[in-house]
Amino acid sequence: MTESVLVARGRYHDSVTLMRASAVARDITGVETVIAAMGTELNRALLVQAGFAAPDATADDLVVAVLADSPATAEGAIAAIDRHLAERRTSGSGVAHRRGKPRTVESAAARAPDAGVVVVSVPGAHAYVEAIAALRAGRHVMVFSDGVDVAAEVALKGEATALGRLVMGPDCGTTILDGVGLGFANVVVPGPVGLVAASGTGAQQLCCLLDGAGIGVRHVLGVGGRDLSSAVGGVSALAALAALDDDPAVEVIGVVSKPPDPAVAEAVMSAAAQCRTPVVLALVGPVGPTLTDAAAEIADALGVTFGEPQQWRPPGRSELPRPGPVLGLFSGGTNAAEALVVLERRLGPVRSNVHPDPLRRIAPFDSPGGAHVLLDLGDDELTAGRPHPMIDPTVVAERVAAAADADGGAGVVVLDVVLGHGAHPDPAAALAPALTAARAAGAATVAVLIGTGGDPQGLDRQARALVDAGATVHRSNARAAEEAVALATGAGAVPVGTRSSRP
Amino acid sequence: MSIGASPVTDLLVAPEAVITVGAPTLDEALAAQGVATVPVEWRPPPAGSAAAVAKVTADPRLAPANRTAIDRMTAVRPRLVDVRPAAELVGIGRHQLLHAGPPLAWGAASGPMRGAIIGACLYEGWADTPDAAEGLAASGAIELAPCHDHASVGPMAGIVSPSMPMWVLEEAGGRTSRSTLNEGLGKVLRYGAFGDAVTERLRWMERVLGPILASGLRRHGPIDVGALIASMVAMGDEGHNRNRAGTSLLVRALAPDLVRTLEDGDAGSRAGDVADVLAFIDANDHFLLNVVMGAAKLVADAGAEVAGSSVVVAMARNGTDFGIRVAGTGDRWFTAPAAVPEGLYLGGFGPDDANPDIGDSAITETVGLGGFAMAGAPAIVQLVGGDVGDAVGWTELMYELTLAEHPTWTLPALGFRGVPFGIDVLRVVRTGVAPIVNTGIAGRVAGTGQVGAGLVRPPLDCFTAALAAVAAVAESAEVGGR
Repeated sequence: MTESVLVARGRYHDSVTLMRASAVARDITGVETVIAAMGTELNRALLVQAGFAAPDATADDLVVAVLADSPATAEGAIAAIDRHLAERRTSGSGVAHRRGKPRTVESAAARAPDAGVVVVSVPGAHAYVEAIAALRAGRHVMVFSDGVDVAAEVALKGEATALGRLVMGPDCGTTILDGVGLGFANVVVPGPVGLVAASGTGAQQLCCLLDGAGIGVRHVLGVGGRDLSSAVGGVSALAALAALDDDPAVEVIGVVSKPPDPAVAEAVMSAAAQCRTPVVLALVGPVGPTLTDAAAEIADALGVTFGEPQQWRPPGRSELPRPGPVLGLFSGGTNAAEALVVLERRLGPVRSNVHPDPLRRIAPFDSPGGAHVLLDLGDDELTAGRPHPMIDPTVVAERVAAAADADGGAGVVVLDVVLGHGAHPDPAAALAPALTAARAAGAATVAVLIGTGGDPQGLDRQARALVDAGATVHRSNARAAEEAVALATGAGAVPVGTRSSRP
Repeated sequence: MSIGASPVTDLLVAPEAVITVGAPTLDEALAAQGVATVPVEWRPPPAGSAAAVAKVTADPRLAPANRTAIDRMTAVRPRLVDVRPAAELVGIGRHQLLHAGPPLAWGAASGPMRGAIIGACLYEGWADTPDAAEGLAASGAIELAPCHDHASVGPMAGIVSPSMPMWVLEEAGGRTSRSTLNEGLGKVLRYGAFGDAVTERLRWMERVLGPILASGLRRHGPIDVGALIASMVAMGDEGHNRNRAGTSLLVRALAPDLVRTLEDGDAGSRAGDVADVLAFIDANDHFLLNVVMGAAKLVADAGAEVAGSSVVVAMARNGTDFGIRVAGTGDRWFTAPAAVPEGLYLGGFGPDDANPDIGDSAITETVGLGGFAMAGAPAIVQLVGGDVGDAVGWTELMYELTLAEHPTWTLPALGFRGVPFGIDVLRVVRTGVAPIVNTGIAGRVAGTGQVGAGLVRPPLDCFTAALAAVAAVAESAEVGGR
């Protein structure tokens, strides 16, 4: 027989708690006697009576004494009591009393140990603090917020790398994890494709085009529009690429971005080359493929036939629009960038608030008469303190209505309509009156509808409502832009089946 | 690529639960997909503080410094060891007084603070009449210093004069703290009352109560106040506005040794004096408050002076201003005008009679007692017309402001969770939630005494100013925040 005595100075527990703790240890095989008690005079006497040496303890000290068949059993019994006393303080009954929500990410994380991801969408100036809290609590974080300082992004991603966590964002609109969408996300059937997305709407366009070809997407890891800049260095894109490459369910990886910094592009391409999984790069820009081309390439890699993306047309013969420039109104940045390239390739200079060439850049509220104009209405500058046009398309509808009214207004209006989780519940209804008015004023209207059959807004229902308002509807953004070009140049509708040229 | 597994593959599963902070639409979109969400009730920090919030958050010293401060605080085992005169303990002499809260001049002092200063001058014999005492104080002849700067604390006005007996608390390493002896309720010096009855009581405390307690305590040996607090919190006390169980425990422990002082007559005590002492304690449910405050001071001081830490190590009021001190900013006070408590009033008094918040007793909240431990003292909640659920709710709200839970001061009603411990200035500013302080209410006119008891919240400006000072010495990389 071995006796083992522990004295914990100044550790108070009431006698009922201690008796319960003793009972736990008494059930252990090989344990003869257990006394867990405060070291009062009475209890010290009890210990001596039970055959233990008088402990050096006072009434303020916890004494645990065990008599067992081996030292290991005795130590085990003491550990069991310690564990029982510690558990009583942290578990169970307290949770039922919780009223009110957590006020910080730290507090939420403590309450929800199983929540592996935190979605941050507070105003940009405050996003760093909540996002870093998520990382330090061991969680991955999606930063939906825009307007986050690049220094904060670099700091976040540095800490994430050190902690082995992923920062999705800032300005990350879309992430899909095994079919669950965070932020703006279309309802996709999980399938063999994994995307690394430095562009939320670019990723959505790609998901929807693949959906149209019957190809499912398993994951979309958004990394934020600045991730592939030289300042940030592609930290999240490289980590996301590695993670997707490790997932046996992912058969093809796509990387979607606006043109990255050349050195970062180099790093991404070199990482892609080392992946066991085939990687398709969709770097949308003047010299890159369109997202429609990339979707076709992903389909090719999977050995799936990629047909012409779906389109819906108003009944009857289409008339040529009134003379006038093209007006593009986009809520998605990458769709805007892609359309800009397609329009400029055929129409010459287009003015835009997001034009890479400063000479062709305009303020978002300028209306240079007679020029082709393309606006990204989801740009940071326009969404500060206002809902994103994907959540509330009122700003788009107002622009369409204004273009219809204006003397010498637009001849062709092209816009995007984005469906899925997080987006407006019925964007077609919000846009229909303005589209009808524009059509009545003689302008042609073309919409790219970014959605899937599973989206809560209903792909067909939205398409029908847009067609009823006189618009031609495409699932492919590139096709929609090409159609706008054709209308503006008097070439009429784009013949079905053409593929945009690959430079 | 992938030489070795990616550390983030655990991300690539459909999440069962997601924490959301910000736009409700994103939370709703997840809920619509059947994902359990844990929404954070977020609101922006007070205007102008975002940059300081970001900068302090980015200081790599923050987490380890806060852990150090809290570990030092929870390691303290305060022991009650003695009762001796303030002159000996603090070294104050003629025309020198200590007061509650941050530094204060007579000109800025409130009614009850002035009343207590007048009362102390009369008690010490520095003046014969209240007018003379007031003249003396107004002339600048009375030197005032905060209790907190002398390892001391005092409730309400917190006036300490040289002849007053004080409790001495000590920790193993030898650091000490002191606090006055509690006078009871009603017309008492700490609530700003003065005059013959007040003076007489103080003299009795000096000549009878102090020596008998000192003698009994020395016979008994040190009392572990940390363990006493653990017991009383389990018995329905929160250690600030309710000390009934704790006072009883103290009497139970000391009574035999108080009686034995008669055997040797070592305090010159008579049986009637010992009986008076026991009756005096019995008549005052707050008798232990000052001991708890002394223990809290010893605990809080252990966390002071930790570079990079944002932990609050003192909250105190002087009747004019509320002040706080933070571990990372030394002995600097961050002050703002004190608010008037909300609560219940005695007799015919009402809110118009109330002085702004006063006293060092918020040191109890600083270490997780008082308003922070309300879940353990539901009886207190009646002071502000709340129910038991409110008591639990307040404690739960305070966990949002603290970085730890006390290891032995546990709340049975919350499944024996430790009280919310280690107030973080950063959390207070981020959430915009001010700590909850239980308090007595002093009459605003000098000489009135206590008019009620209730709850008060410190002004947030103390915390934004403190955070700005922590940010000013932060060693952070630039992370923006406007």
